[in-house]
Amino acid sequence: MRRIPVIPLAIIAGFVLLAVFAGVLSPADPYEQRLRARLTPPAWQAGGSWNYPLGTDRLGRDLLSRILYGARVSLAAGVVTVGLSGLVGGAVGLLAGYWGGRPGATLMRITDATLAFPIILLALVLAVTVGPSFANVVISIAVILWARYARVIYGETVSLMQRDFITQARAIGCSAWRIIAFHLFPNAANTLIVLLSLQVGYVIVVEAALSFLGAGIPPPTPAWGGMIADGRDFIMSAWWISLFPGLAILLVVLAFNLVGDWLRDVLDPRLRQS
Amino acid sequence: MSRFLLGRLIQAAVTLLLLSVVVFALARATGDPLTLVLPLGATDEDFANARHYLGLDQPVAVQYAKFVGNALRGDFGTSLRARRPVNDLLAERFPNSLKLAAFSMAVTLLLAFPLGVLAAARKDTVFDTAAKIVATLGQALPTFWIGIVLIEVVGGRLQWLPAGGTGGLSHYIMPGLTLGWFILAGMMRLIRSSLLEVLDSDFVRTARAKGVAERSVIWRHALRNALIPVTTFAGVYFAILVTTAIVVETVFAWPGMGRLAYEAITARDFPVIQAVVLVTAVVVVVVNISVDVIYVYIDPRIHYR
Repeated sequence: MRRIPVIPLAIIAGFVLLAVFAGVLSPADPYEQRLRARLTPPAWQAGGSWNYPLGTDRLGRDLLSRILYGARVSLAAGVVTVGLSGLVGGAVGLLAGYWGGRPGATLMRITDATLAFPIILLALVLAVTVGPSFANVVISIAVILWARYARVIYGETVSLMQRDFITQARAIGCSAWRIIAFHLFPNAANTLIVLLSLQVGYVIVVEAALSFLGAGIPPPTPAWGGMIADGRDFIMSAWWISLFPGLAILLVVLAFNLVGDWLRDVLDPRLRQS
Repeated sequence: MSRFLLGRLIQAAVTLLLLSVVVFALARATGDPLTLVLPLGATDEDFANARHYLGLDQPVAVQYAKFVGNALRGDFGTSLRARRPVNDLLAERFPNSLKLAAFSMAVTLLLAFPLGVLAAARKDTVFDTAAKIVATLGQALPTFWIGIVLIEVVGGRLQWLPAGGTGGLSHYIMPGLTLGWFILAGMMRLIRSSLLEVLDSDFVRTARAKGVAERSVIWRHALRNALIPVTTFAGVYFAILVTTAIVVETVFAWPGMGRLAYEAITARDFPVIQAVVLVTAVVVVVVNISVDVIYVYIDPRIHYR
């Protein structure tokens, strides 16, 4: 048994707390512009001030406060998107595996067609189509991401269907719903949980990329990807605007990936290869 | 084999057909493109004329049939923004993307194999840990952030490499590495884990027992078998490369398909959006089929029925 990844779990817990209590912990209002204090460097640099520990952006907004509020967006986007995709993908995989035959094959054809689509491209088209907003970012990523889970859960379900306990459950007259919910799902659940945990980090990066491209969370709401894009034009003079949100993404995604790796080893060692 | 190939081709055709419907529908849902094309003072009559000229006044089904028919003949219409045939734009941008992707893929492969193999051969050493850190960072750092930091440090402060645009080989290094790092991370981990698995098998033990040199055991006996899972994921890696290119090309002002997609989407230039998405999808699908075929030659144990 591998050791529990204490530091990554602590980082995730820390960011969750920061996100929840952003309103109390932030030194300033993340939306308040102070044009006199614009592009203030971090406190430890020459010209910095502890009023703005990590400095300010081009509109004089406090960077630390914006990063704390931005944690809400990133964490919520990661968890909600992955949850939604897992729900849809899991259901499709279970149903296709249970039905088999033509309906099952049809569902998997649709899944494969979805998988062939570059995720950022469609998310970009969708986000621009329906206008950038939190809900649209979640939906436009989930609309492709579910297929990955459907593929794996389908494979899992097909092999479960061959097992004796399913034949027996059928023989004693269990309903389709009962077999799926009480026999198939619990056996496929570990795989699903591992996959979901491994992809929270991925979704956070995709959300950031969309916000960076202007198709994600619309300004002025603080989102890490959007903040990095904001600082792009000042990268030579005010590097801190882009640097700190990037570090926040790095920490959170790293933590989620390490916890996902650990869950995989504990719950489903067979997935290790991929 | 030929039946398998036929099946895959039919499936690919269905995939692309489905995609064409989705893309067609989405491109029309991005709002009225005419509001962007016509000047502010345009009258209703101007709008009607433009709509008729562009064929936008016909029933949607007719528009779709025309679109598919023309696309099959390789004609994607005229860009609303650039007022030039979409094909010209594609012909301009596609080679740039291809060059960047090829450079990036070559660097990735050149690095992934030695690093992955060494990490497996010297498991649990400093080397293994270092490789692991490179891989883990590559999967956690957002591509666009790596790009921006490289531009500021290497392009700005150190002035070692050009910060963007196209040109000689030096222009390829930063975008190429940025584009490749994420894939390098995945590929390295995959090579390491599959090689470790093969190194644990009976035939490797036999080879070692009869005195084959360790170098030969790893590079000649084990690596060939460890290549199989890597090939499986080649299609996935390629799709990731195409997607990542949108962000990387935008950051580095690289005039390729990814940047074209970004520009077209923000300008609601739907003939271009349709063309870029479809061409990208065709390339991804073709690569995936080729991977399936190559797979059979690499691993004689696989027989497609």
